[in-house]
Amino acid sequence: MDGEKIINEVMGGGLRALNRLAESPLVERFGLEERTQALVYEGAKRVAETAAKAAKRLSPTPSRGAPRSSRKFDLSLTEEQQLMRDTVRRFADEVMQAAARDGDDRGAPPDGFMETFAELGAVQMAVPETLGGAAESVSAVSQMLVAEDLARGDIGLAYAALSPLSFVNALVLWGDDEQRAKLLPLLVDGDVTEASIAVAEPHPLFDPSAPRTSAKKSASGYVLDGEKFAVALARTARWFLVAANLHKVGPRLFLVETGAPGLSVDEEPTMGLRSAGLGRLKLSSVKLGPEALLGGEEALKKVGTVVYRDAVDRARVGWGAMAVGGSQAVLDYVIPYCNEREAFGEPISHRQAVAFMIADIGIELESMRMLVYRAAGRIDAGLGCQREAYLARTLCAEKSMEIGTNGVQLLGGAGFIKDHPIELWYRHLRAIGVMDGNLLV
Amino acid sequence: MYLEIPSSLKPIVNQAHQVAKHVFRPISRKYDRAEHEYPKELDMLAALMDGLNAGSDQRSASVEGLQRNATQGEGVRNGGNMSTCLGLTELCWGDVGLALSIPRQGLGNAAITAVADAEQKERFDGVWAAMAITEPGAGSDSANIRTTARLDGDEWILNGEKIYVTAGSRADSVVVWATLDRNLGRAAIKSFVVPHGTPGMEVVRLDKKMGIRASDTASITLTDCRIPRNNLLGTSDIDTKKGFGGVMQTFDNTRPIVAGMAVGLARAALEHTREILAEEGVEVRYHGPLFGKSAAEAELIRMEADWEAGRLLMLKAAWMADNGIPNSMEASMSKAKAARVANRVTLRCVELCGGRGYSEDSLLEKWARDSKILDIFEGTQQIQLLIIARRLLGKRSAELR
Repeated sequence: MDGEKIINEVMGGGLRALNRLAESPLVERFGLEERTQALVYEGAKRVAETAAKAAKRLSPTPSRGAPRSSRKFDLSLTEEQQLMRDTVRRFADEVMQAAARDGDDRGAPPDGFMETFAELGAVQMAVPETLGGAAESVSAVSQMLVAEDLARGDIGLAYAALSPLSFVNALVLWGDDEQRAKLLPLLVDGDVTEASIAVAEPHPLFDPSAPRTSAKKSASGYVLDGEKFAVALARTARWFLVAANLHKVGPRLFLVETGAPGLSVDEEPTMGLRSAGLGRLKLSSVKLGPEALLGGEEALKKVGTVVYRDAVDRARVGWGAMAVGGSQAVLDYVIPYCNEREAFGEPISHRQAVAFMIADIGIELESMRMLVYRAAGRIDAGLGCQREAYLARTLCAEKSMEIGTNGVQLLGGAGFIKDHPIELWYRHLRAIGVMDGNLLV
Repeated sequence: MYLEIPSSLKPIVNQAHQVAKHVFRPISRKYDRAEHEYPKELDMLAALMDGLNAGSDQRSASVEGLQRNATQGEGVRNGGNMSTCLGLTELCWGDVGLALSIPRQGLGNAAITAVADAEQKERFDGVWAAMAITEPGAGSDSANIRTTARLDGDEWILNGEKIYVTAGSRADSVVVWATLDRNLGRAAIKSFVVPHGTPGMEVVRLDKKMGIRASDTASITLTDCRIPRNNLLGTSDIDTKKGFGGVMQTFDNTRPIVAGMAVGLARAALEHTREILAEEGVEVRYHGPLFGKSAAEAELIRMEADWEAGRLLMLKAAWMADNGIPNSMEASMSKAKAARVANRVTLRCVELCGGRGYSEDSLLEKWARDSKILDIFEGTQQIQLLIIARRLLGKRSAELR
């Protein structure tokens, strides 16, 4: 904004001059302070009036572009978001917490879990009415809140539940007409409850912007080679969205159907997240048709690069929301425990060594939440969020694990045994710093 | 959900930034060296700020904007609390000590705004008020203060000793915390406006400090100091159920401001460190694995993430105050996080910049000295943790001490 710059320049110049004047011994010697100050007051008033008028002229007319420029800082949720929140929270409290241990033992969501989740309507709420869903508009904030509240129930099961949702989000955002028409109805109507997204890879220093999994153009479409790490619902999903580096084009997302020749799923035993039914996806010369590229031919152009970057950011918001929800669960659990557990004749929460740890959990939890919310809010406002999502990921990776380990510490021996869910959450929370990709709000 | 600075507040941020850049920064080192010398540039600045206030549609970064606004069915507000926090952020990007020395913007003014009645607000309009709470024998345990107030006819008689009074010698008045009855604990603590020049109140010493040296820190004695009865802020009733109520309310408004100060100071250090390290080829990129970066770049990013958290917590606490939502815990969270981050960041920035950071060539070493006080005044880190823990755990101060 040039006008703003001019105002700043004028103000800056005036202020510098004032400083010199104020420093001048002459002003003091001749008893000029008061008169000078009166002049400054009048001058400043006029400058501010002019600036206020100029600012009014510069701001866009309310009829066009007003929503963005006049937006206020606002932490409140829409009615739709609040309703969804209530539903998901009930599901987390009533279904997920009870199913979490079983899922962890089996290495898959308990029978019927995915179907029960589908009945909540989260998928329908992620698809706009125009595409056959029930949402007035799609919102990354809404998706983020769903992720947070599911993770509050259990991060592992949340990962399972969010995988088809991530798949749907990608289709809604970037699928071409054909891809949407073919796949969305299956998921919206609940015929298919399992689909997944495979971006992460098993090597250290993994960078989702530069996957090692490769794609090459062939006469009949594309050929994919590589490995994908800790893919949720790997054995049961009907579709995968796979990230691969397309030769001479850059990283892109590909739709891969289960049963494609060359696609196999290996065991993926991990520290946590087990209830999501993890598997290592192996792609060995998997041949795909040209229609497998998400977004179709268009995605070969620059827009495909922008889309892929967006997908990386949205994954970070997703895992950030998982960190927030999982850490909230820890806080909610340690509070009653430390209030009830007595040592030395009083509740351990009466000791600052314990109470301060809990205060720090509260502070860092809210810190993570603010960074994640901001990144999601920027997506919905049409602003970029690469920096914000990266910072959110950085903070969440560190703080959520700190909260996980302090959660166990606060329970002491009880935190280490499987009678309590804290040890499970500790194992889940280690994933926040590891997982990059494999989700999408 | 929209957590960006609203465009309606950008002119205020801009204004404050210009002041910080063109008035504070050029004289920052000068008054760091010349401790206790009055920065005369600030009188001009006060006139300027009053003028800007009078001329603009909105209040600028003044503490009078701190009133709580109950929601009036007109939707979300971004009001005086947020603009004050944002304004102070910018001013403290310039210099914390000087920001604390701007005439008529004292912490006492915040107290007057928070607890005074309408008549008092009018009477004390335009006064520069410092805030005197701490005593030699009572710091964080402010319920334990010994300064007394006794009613004698139409006057209060104050007796006691106050220390660490920011702007205590330069302000026109001091808001003094005193007890009406030591046996009645915190409920009996009230605040009194004592104008300088009142017989019996004396500035007995100015402290020499590690940082914020541009700001005066005074010790004050009150010896049979008589002030008019209606200089007691709020009500003289002792409501033991409400406890600290009145006087403590000030903190819900001032703690996010101190958070803002920390955010501004830390940003100054981060920005300057980035400039210095850029000369050494360190570039900050928000992509790629954190552990694939140089240690310096990764540390800059980690610090920025923490800094951003402090900033957003401050905005949240201010937003709640502007919208009439109780925010004691959030105010403490913002202050605790932003202040500890500012201290860690400024110290780390000195380390990252090596000799350039440690020498007086740059302001980095000064910022690292200035930052320490932010984690101490308006409630230390540990007091904030106590407040937060009590709220989270549902404990009274008698249980979680």
